[in-house]
Amino acid sequence: MAKVPALYGLMAEFETPEQLLEAAQRSRDDGYRRMDAYSPFAVEGLPEIVVSSHDKVPLAGIVLCGGLTGTLTGLVLQWYPNVVGYPLNIGGKPYFSWPSFIPIMFELTILFSALSAVFGMIILNDLPQPYHPVFNAPRFDLASRDRFFLCIETRDPKFDIDRTKDFLIGLDPVDVTEVES
Amino acid sequence: MDPAENDKLTSTAVVETDEVLGPGQTYRSVSDRVSDMVLTWPIGYRWAAGLALALGLLFMLNVALGWVFTVGVGVWGINIPVGWGFAITNFVWWIGIGHAGTLISAFLLLMRQKWRTSINRFAEAMTIFAVACAGLFPLAHMGRPWLFFWLLPYPDTMGVWPQFRSPLVWDVFAVSTYLTVSLVFWYTGLIPDLATLRDRAKKRITKIIYGIVSLGWRGSAEHWSRYEMCSLLLAGLSTPLVVSVHTVVSFDFTIALVPGWHSTIFPPYFVAGAIYSGFAMVLTLAIPLRKYYHLEDFVTMKHLDFMGKVMLATGLVVAYAYVMEAFMAFYSGNTFDRYMMMNRFTGPYAKVFWTLIFCNLVGPQVLWFSKIRRNPWVLFAVSLVVQTGMWLERFVIIVTGLHRDFLPSSWGMFYPTRWDYMTFLGTLGLFFTLFYLFIRFLPMIAIHELRDLVHKTQHEKTAAH
Repeated sequence: MAKVPALYGLMAEFETPEQLLEAAQRSRDDGYRRMDAYSPFAVEGLPEIVVSSHDKVPLAGIVLCGGLTGTLTGLVLQWYPNVVGYPLNIGGKPYFSWPSFIPIMFELTILFSALSAVFGMIILNDLPQPYHPVFNAPRFDLASRDRFFLCIETRDPKFDIDRTKDFLIGLDPVDVTEVES
Repeated sequence: MDPAENDKLTSTAVVETDEVLGPGQTYRSVSDRVSDMVLTWPIGYRWAAGLALALGLLFMLNVALGWVFTVGVGVWGINIPVGWGFAITNFVWWIGIGHAGTLISAFLLLMRQKWRTSINRFAEAMTIFAVACAGLFPLAHMGRPWLFFWLLPYPDTMGVWPQFRSPLVWDVFAVSTYLTVSLVFWYTGLIPDLATLRDRAKKRITKIIYGIVSLGWRGSAEHWSRYEMCSLLLAGLSTPLVVSVHTVVSFDFTIALVPGWHSTIFPPYFVAGAIYSGFAMVLTLAIPLRKYYHLEDFVTMKHLDFMGKVMLATGLVVAYAYVMEAFMAFYSGNTFDRYMMMNRFTGPYAKVFWTLIFCNLVGPQVLWFSKIRRNPWVLFAVSLVVQTGMWLERFVIIVTGLHRDFLPSSWGMFYPTRWDYMTFLGTLGLFFTLFYLFIRFLPMIAIHELRDLVHKTQHEKTAAH
């Protein structure tokens, strides 16, 4: 058998976000499920069309857990030293004078939430990922500048090199290219 | 603004506009304009001269801090009764400056203010650099900075723990959280722009470096959706954070019983003052930047106008706080508070006090006029006046509070030494060194947000037709 370079998918290039949105919608209507769109800025409504799997734990949930962990850490971090570890009588206040613990509990809530948000986003997005097949597409450097791309991947059950290519050309793109994996 | 007057201000042909973005911008033009400043612009002599000056000041900071660490904080003018002096004045001033950056990037994002787009990146950079400068002062002021970790709760061999009822310990947590959150917020915003730089870079080494720091960002729709959620959450978290940080800073004063410090008006008054001086710093940076990098169609007249208005509004809040502070001192009937206020008006630091009143209350009233708000160099001058005023305000609060408290036998004076001035001017060097490097190596305007702005403005236009 002759060796053919493995194919990751077919990439169509568009000039405007509106064209990309329409193309993505039509691909979805046509039954394609394994695809992704690439754009230089967040296009409203696009993820809802192209993303078929949803995170088991959404980012907001991670941030909530992180935040609550922060609050609790703040409380324990101050309770232990001032009540158990090294109790000091300050102005006759009780050892567990929780109102004065609020500022640090608040700060740690914010700190843990913010770090959960950033690291959650990076990890859920599988970053850092220096290599990805889509970078093989010849004009893909424009995806961070002014062009909008739709990639139908070979792992889509409906994928067929000729028919999918014809379908993508029918969406009126600037260009359709094969993406090696 | 009168077009003829406009021409006088700017010698080269520039497009001054009243929109949030100049006319005729496309996705490509905004991407290329901003990334070219990093990738293809030659190193100009103005930039090099500015960096050299900043490095000179930074060197002076090293000398000053080196001397402080060698000999001790006694080389500064501080002593009993005035133990805080310049160091804490500078700390509060720098932290306050940082707050405008967070406010622009977080609060204005939540409020869907489109005009934040062109200014948020360098305002956030300003925040981080300002907090870095601020953090130096409490460290240096400790006297034995190599023991700074005693402030942190950790199980040490002495069996001693921090005392968490002290606002000075709260400050450690507030400022370090603020620096960390600002840093990750800033970096998150940079990721897609670093990808643009990676894709546009010609040299291999440049490509590799930007490739590493952009984490392999490829603009996938799924990534964007989590990214947008992350930005929104960070904005929602940073907005209360920024208010809390300066509130905690004001607690350093209000929890003490010193006359002039022990006051419930301090938290909102400090936060307003912080935003006031911070917006002044944003203008101080934005006006030369837009001129020398020809960004008049990105940082437009509308931006300058709005920032002038924010300064005016926060300045009025500060003015209200000054008036209430004086009123309450007399209305309370407290001898020490009354004396403190009279001492501010007529005592040995009266000149400083009246200069501060002029800088913060009287001078900035010119911002009521839209002609002034739209005149970049007058606005620049006002912003310098406000920053001076806000520095003097912190000085007056600290020094007039401490130098004459309850017992006349323990009164004294504070005279700054040359080491005080050198440390303060030195941090300006640190700030501007970092800023000069930033504008050279990172996109100073958020490129992906500009593209989004191009998209939205086009939509509005087509919707209007």
